[in-house]
Amino acid sequence: MDAIVRVSEVQKTYEGGFEALKSVSLEIGEGEILALLGPNGAGKTTLISIICGIVTPSAGQVTVGGHDIARDYRAARRLIGLVPQEINLEPFEKVMNSVRFSRGLFGKPRDDAKLEKILRQLSLWDKRDARIKELSGGMKRRVLIAKALSHEPRVLFLDEPSAGVDVELRRDMWEIVRGLKAQGVTIILTTHYIEEAEEIADRVGVISGGEILLVKEKDALMAQMGRKELRIELQDPVSAVPEALAGFDLAVGPDGASLIYSYDTKGERTGITKLLGGLAAEGLVLKDVSTSQSSLEDIFVGLVEEAR
Amino acid sequence: MNLYAVKAIYIFEMSRFFRTFMQSFISPVISTSLYFVVFGAAIGSRIDTVGGVSYGAFIVPGLIMLSVMTQATSNASFGIYFPKFIGTINELLSAPVSFFEIVLGYVGAAATKALFIGTVILVTAHFFVDITIAHPLAVVAFLLLTCLSFALLGFILGIWAQSFDQVQLIPLLVITPLVFLGGSFYSVTMLPPVWQTVTMFNPVFYLISGFRWAFFGMADVPIGVSLLAISLFTGACLAVIWWIFKTGWRLKS
Repeated sequence: MDAIVRVSEVQKTYEGGFEALKSVSLEIGEGEILALLGPNGAGKTTLISIICGIVTPSAGQVTVGGHDIARDYRAARRLIGLVPQEINLEPFEKVMNSVRFSRGLFGKPRDDAKLEKILRQLSLWDKRDARIKELSGGMKRRVLIAKALSHEPRVLFLDEPSAGVDVELRRDMWEIVRGLKAQGVTIILTTHYIEEAEEIADRVGVISGGEILLVKEKDALMAQMGRKELRIELQDPVSAVPEALAGFDLAVGPDGASLIYSYDTKGERTGITKLLGGLAAEGLVLKDVSTSQSSLEDIFVGLVEEAR
Repeated sequence: MNLYAVKAIYIFEMSRFFRTFMQSFISPVISTSLYFVVFGAAIGSRIDTVGGVSYGAFIVPGLIMLSVMTQATSNASFGIYFPKFIGTINELLSAPVSFFEIVLGYVGAAATKALFIGTVILVTAHFFVDITIAHPLAVVAFLLLTCLSFALLGFILGIWAQSFDQVQLIPLLVITPLVFLGGSFYSVTMLPPVWQTVTMFNPVFYLISGFRWAFFGMADVPIGVSLLAISLFTGACLAVIWWIFKTGWRLKS
């Protein structure tokens, strides 16, 4: 995988002494979708702002497409599109003019046919002559996406794109993201909705306290760190785990009507067969059995708490 | 050079001007007419001529300068302050544009608006007084330089300002008094000697004097001094803007 974005030992300390990033290094491969997860104040937006040129790093180096963001900022920035977290739009301007402005600003000649395609994709074409102040919050966010896509970027940053967005727009947005990925566009998104990262990302990065805690293939991460639970519904409730089964990682469920067995999916033996044998030997009658796997959210919460 | 960006900024800024075109057009026409009624007719009837020029014609360069300086400053300061206020400045900071291109777009648009208003005032003045322009090219050059330099000043103020009050502060509290006290409506020779000396410290005085020379071939100070003053002022504004973009002062964290 060729890296299109390279972040090397980037630090940021704001005036007043707040250390937002502590020597962050990260490589983002061309054409991948990277989800950056982190609690509020973790440094996600600072990292994105540095790569995009909005915030100046205190130390370190960033390249986009091999271009240094400080020395060769024109070439680097031409490749980048940013959908910011805040809805920052000129309220009195018309939608089409606002999008046209963005395309020109990023050094592209006027191409209304291309902009029409983008606006149609985002269900904004009917609103092209509406003033931005007349639009709903969701529509404004669509305009932000259209502006970021107007100059056909190779790297797209989506900073908390789902915040305050309805289901329909979220679905449209992920449809567009998948389409962009198919065209080879690299996408970096920060989100609080972990299920989105789980659904759409190729890799997941966890950032907390200004440090990258890990960056891993999503599937590998879940397989490596994921725990599975086997829930055994019992015919007759029990008050405690039978002594003969004390060697298993068992817990009694609510009202004693079930037993919950945690096991490692990567382990050589899961111990399920032995457990079921033990249950039968104890005379326990099973009513139902189900399994569930720990989500990315569980992994994320675990990692962040560990870092604290 | 990212000319598409310069064009995009320029068109975006001018579209704001065209949205309020009638307001932009009618306001200077009415205020100029009022100045002619008050200064030209009421006061001017008691003053014969100033340096051989009728009082009504004498105040025309000062009137144009008053509007051009305040409009260039206000338009440029608002132009860059508003994106800061609503947060769209981030798009500008993340775009592949140099500080020179940003300044060219914003200052160019603000200077164009001020130039338009200066021209409207000049045309309006023709309905009230007869004006024969002695050095037409010099009038155009002085007008352009003044529009440019005060738009540069406005751009600096817009970056410096942290509230709408501050955006208004300098045009209202500094530029307007300096223009009034810089000989817009009188020749400095009409003042007592002490005030003549004080006026020499007012930079705007040199610009109005130079502009008046372009109109009537007469001025309070030599034209070379006026040119030097406006050149120094423009150079100082450019130097400050260059420093702002180099350091990111009040733009980047």
